[in-house]
Amino acid sequence: MIGQLTSSERQNAAVIAVVVAIAGMVMAALGRSDALGVHGVIVMLFAGGVLYILMSTFYEPEPTEDREASYYDDPIKVGIALSMAWAVFGMFMGVWVAAQLAWPDLAFDAGWSSFGRLRPTHTTGVIFGFGGNALIATSFHVVQRTSRARLAGQISPWFVLLGYNLFCVLAVSGYLIGVTQSKEYAEAEWYADLWLVVVWVTYFILYIRTIARRKEPHIYVANWYFMAFILVVAILHIVNNLALPVSWGHAKSYTIWPGVQDAMVQWWYGHNAVAFFLTAGFLGMLYYYLPVRAQRPIFSYRLSILSFWGITFFYMWAGSHHLHYTALPHWVQTLGMTFSVMLLVPSWASAGNALLTLNGAWHRVRDDATLRFMMAAAVFYGLSTFEGSFMAIRPVNSLSHYTDWTVGHVHAGALGWVALITFGSLYTLVPSLWKRERMYSAALVEVHFWLAIAGTLIYVFAMWNSGIIQGLMWRTYTEEGALAYSFVDSLVAMYPYYIARAFGGLLFLIGAVVGCYNIWMTVRALPAAVAAGADVPVTPVAIPGE
Amino acid sequence: MDIDHNAVVAFSKSWGLFYLIALALGVLVYTFWPSNKKRFDRAKKSILDRDDKPWRK
Repeated sequence: MIGQLTSSERQNAAVIAVVVAIAGMVMAALGRSDALGVHGVIVMLFAGGVLYILMSTFYEPEPTEDREASYYDDPIKVGIALSMAWAVFGMFMGVWVAAQLAWPDLAFDAGWSSFGRLRPTHTTGVIFGFGGNALIATSFHVVQRTSRARLAGQISPWFVLLGYNLFCVLAVSGYLIGVTQSKEYAEAEWYADLWLVVVWVTYFILYIRTIARRKEPHIYVANWYFMAFILVVAILHIVNNLALPVSWGHAKSYTIWPGVQDAMVQWWYGHNAVAFFLTAGFLGMLYYYLPVRAQRPIFSYRLSILSFWGITFFYMWAGSHHLHYTALPHWVQTLGMTFSVMLLVPSWASAGNALLTLNGAWHRVRDDATLRFMMAAAVFYGLSTFEGSFMAIRPVNSLSHYTDWTVGHVHAGALGWVALITFGSLYTLVPSLWKRERMYSAALVEVHFWLAIAGTLIYVFAMWNSGIIQGLMWRTYTEEGALAYSFVDSLVAMYPYYIARAFGGLLFLIGAVVGCYNIWMTVRALPAAVAAGADVPVTPVAIPGE
Repeated sequence: MDIDHNAVVAFSKSWGLFYLIALALGVLVYTFWPSNKKRFDRAKKSILDRDDKPWRK
């Protein structure tokens, strides 16, 4: 892991790990028996683990080769492994909470395993654990290859990757012991949020500095998306998490935003987390891995630029559609609704651009499940952005909001778009990164593809059905003008759909496990490909004296 | 003029429109500026070049 670090860099890395461990000790001392103290111990263990790995290989030979002559792939490899591990964890938690809805006994009467605590471990596990690690890994890969430059740092990529995972561990472990800010997708408390700011700013600086080393005058569009993802997530995270802790020794904090402004800031954050975490970054993947896998340039480069700016500037205003029929000023709701409808244009431009890139290569889509993952992702992207724009319209929202339809919509995006494009990208990336000719088993990629598609469709159809039934039951009146159904009536009507949903999720989880096995075997069991002769390096013209 | 709720609303309802229009025009001009075409074409194709080493200054 640290084979590419010089001994002074290893020392610096060890110093960072020690500083983090000391910070953990301070947290433990201040927090005592509070949850903050528990998290202090977790920070110490994490930093200690990193220190142990560093120390056990500290005196291994230093790199002798010229590091600048090759790309920095070690952090990417670890990022892929972490991403898949989080995928299995997060999806397992998802299946568990889905099953709890059908069979509440699965909470086993314990506090930590109640629905309210497990659900955020699912959302954080899949969005930040699986999605975030995949984004960090692929962004490190794409920025190096498209800039033809090595990452602009030796320690900082590790700091970003491991620091980010420490944040995820703090978040998920916190939910189980009852720590939460009660903000959707921003549940982690103030100390974890502060740590993420440090990590994220490092990430942004590293990315910008790598791009500054690029060879091409023009920055390839995938990098724009990744940069928008990093920059905007930093802004969102900081503004939404402005909070005052109860004391330095407590995990609990209170947001500085009052009342309806808190709701507005939260959903400005929440919807832009969908936009810039779950869309912009993954579009970055799409614009690189899909053309590379199809061996065809993107259909229209100009269209990709137009849709980039459309998505960036429209999404910023769409968040208030989460607050229709609330105390939020009516015109702000309308603003959010209008921008959500307008968003359909740049979203379909991206989806159409991806599908038209494949036009003429449909036989490869048929034969190659990896490419098919990305094709299906583009289709689901187009479908769920259409659905999203539609659901943001106020009268439609009056039926869909607070029902399972919303849950179905989110999963059409998260499973159908985000997860499928990630798996397609990883199946493209893994063989090239480990210098293998192909994945261990093409048949298993195929199995994974069909499990993922079947799981997504079962899930989404179950939630569409249950959501619309719920929405209709909640708004049905008797002739006397009273509500026709109680809430419990609608809950009972959900039962078959909750079972179907858990089953769909289970299929998706099994697919992810199959993917893990395939990646593991590709790395472990396949021989390295013979040095590819077609890989032509950009021959450096050695200038004497440089 | 006081900066109250109505002033902020008026500002965002008017200038918000103009700045988005200006931005859209700027993006359109940049995208279709003839001399940019060469760079875009190059960027579009260069990711398919097989190459596994960084360039050197």
